[in-house]
Amino acid sequence: MAISIRGVSKKFGDFTAVDQLNLEIGSGEFFSMLGPSGSGKTTVLRLIAGFDLPTAGTISLDGEDVTNKAPFDRNVNTVFQDYALFPHLNVIENVEYGLRVRKVGREERRARALAALEKVHLADFAERKPAQLSGGQRQRVALARAIVVEPKILLLDEPLGALDLKLRESMQIELKELQRDLGITFVFVTHDQDEALTLSDRIAIFNQGKIEQIGTPHELYEKPATEFVARFVGTANVFTAAQSQNLFGVNKKTMIRPEQIELGATGQEATVMESIYLGSSIRFILKLADTQVIAEVSASDENAKTYRRNSTVKVNMSKTDLVELD
Amino acid sequence: MRISRSAALVLGVISSAVMAAVYLPLVIVLINSFNNSMNMDWPPPGFTLDWWVKAFGSGGLMAALGTSVLIAICASVVALILGTLLALALSRYKFFGQESIGLMVILPIALPGIVTGLALNNAFRTVLGMQLSMATVIIAHATFCIVTVYNNVLARLSRANRNLEDASADLGAGVFTTFRLITLPQIGSALVAGGLLAFALSFDEIIVTTFTAGSGVETLPIWILNNMFRPGKAPVVDVVAVTTVLISVVPLYFAQRFTRETAK
Ligand SMILES: Nc1ncnc2c1ncn2[C@@H]1O[C@H](COP(=O)(O)OP(=O)(O)O)[C@@H](O)[C@H]1O
Ligand SMILES: [Mg+2]
Repeated sequence: MAISIRGVSKKFGDFTAVDQLNLEIGSGEFFSMLGPSGSGKTTVLRLIAGFDLPTAGTISLDGEDVTNKAPFDRNVNTVFQDYALFPHLNVIENVEYGLRVRKVGREERRARALAALEKVHLADFAERKPAQLSGGQRQRVALARAIVVEPKILLLDEPLGALDLKLRESMQIELKELQRDLGITFVFVTHDQDEALTLSDRIAIFNQGKIEQIGTPHELYEKPATEFVARFVGTANVFTAAQSQNLFGVNKKTMIRPEQIELGATGQEATVMESIYLGSSIRFILKLADTQVIAEVSASDENAKTYRRNSTVKVNMSKTDLVELD
Repeated sequence: MRISRSAALVLGVISSAVMAAVYLPLVIVLINSFNNSMNMDWPPPGFTLDWWVKAFGSGGLMAALGTSVLIAICASVVALILGTLLALALSRYKFFGQESIGLMVILPIALPGIVTGLALNNAFRTVLGMQLSMATVIIAHATFCIVTVYNNVLARLSRANRNLEDASADLGAGVFTTFRLITLPQIGSALVAGGLLAFALSFDEIIVTTFTAGSGVETLPIWILNNMFRPGKAPVVDVVAVTTVLISVVPLYFAQRFTRETAK
């Protein structure tokens, strides 16, 4: 295992930011930590990097216990949320920094830094100061600075959070390619579920300092274990045990995804409360008995256009699509 | 902000009056240092460089100047080291009693000089059993010089990004390398500004100095006090006053410029 976290807690005073966490990340994995703001993702990353020490538990990297080791004794590098570029050094000096403190010769480190800058398409900006770069360029410098020292594990704290949507999407692709290219472990923190689903081999869903569920994007979407996961990853219709009993004869809390609900000729009658055009699909908010249900239908479905506000449609939910939640 | 013309006029008059009250006496001292009348007749009957020549030819005076500069430099260096360490400790680590210590560091600047002087005098002589000397003056000056360094560095550190130090450690740098390559460049101009201010504070200090200087230690301000009312010494004292102003103002000017340059 590239990273093993066993029983790790982190308290700030009386406040428990990370609560008895267990986590194993394999080498070469693109692993994401997804969760709302304040759920403890950055704290876990800082514990792995060694900036903070856990209150309890152990952290191992490649089988070696590093729980009490300083950051400079760990073969891990970090891309900070705010990039943390050194403002008094120019781009190439920033990238060289890790080689410089490792006493790599001037010629060699310049060459390696340039190569790293080329990887992120910034070789032309070597002499600029960080303040003279755009957000996306700074992000690339931070990336180059971290990978130039050839870490086995790269920690990225919401690296795309500050970028606008277009840039974010193109950087997502680049990040994924970079990770394949380098063949190293990426631990990627984000609060953006689309980003996590797009990029990750596996995702851990964080909630209040605990992991709710770990799984592949597919598993998390298809088989969420809890209501929190169901709602955080994608859109979900969550039914209480009483509602499930009414609708399906299942006396448990359950969930079904909007696109698994069919609208058409058969099924229970529901009223259309609202219809929302999303481009490739249309989302309907329906009232089924006393339960509000969200359904999503492909925009190319000819019938979909006929379901107007306040009209009545037939709703068909298959019991096999139903997921039981804890 | 927009203000009416009459308000602007009133403000202008008041500001001019204040500036005049502060700077006119200084100008008079400057002019008098070239006044060829022994009794400082006003207006000056003629121009002379005699007092300047005399002042710079006086062994006692030059010795006092040397003493003052030496004390100011030593006190500033002590203040730079201790003030920086204190600022680093108080801004980068959490520990019990942190806030109280922060307050205790800046308190000496608020204490009346006479209290500081008396307290240090007692501490040196009776408690520590030390002879008053130049070293005791340096220690005494350092107590309030630390404040300027500490304040400047602390302000800079609190604005600087803490992640920079983490990033440096992350890239493999040890504690001292990080301090040298990352922290120091961040606080460099704050150190220069704090050090220059400390120098200026120490250079013209007289009250604490009086209480903590050994019998053979004569700083420039003490020399002035000793010579001011001696017959025939007044013009030379004016020369010294002008020199003192210059030596204190120049560092202040640079300190200001440094602070402004890095603030933008
Ligand atoms: N140094 C700290 N001191 C006190 N509380 C902290 C500290 N760092 C983080 N926290 C708290 O721990 C919780 C988790 O924070 P964080 O790990 O930054 O969350 P996330 O990255 O998921 O948004 C938050 O409630 C935050 O306020
Ligand atoms: Mg965070």
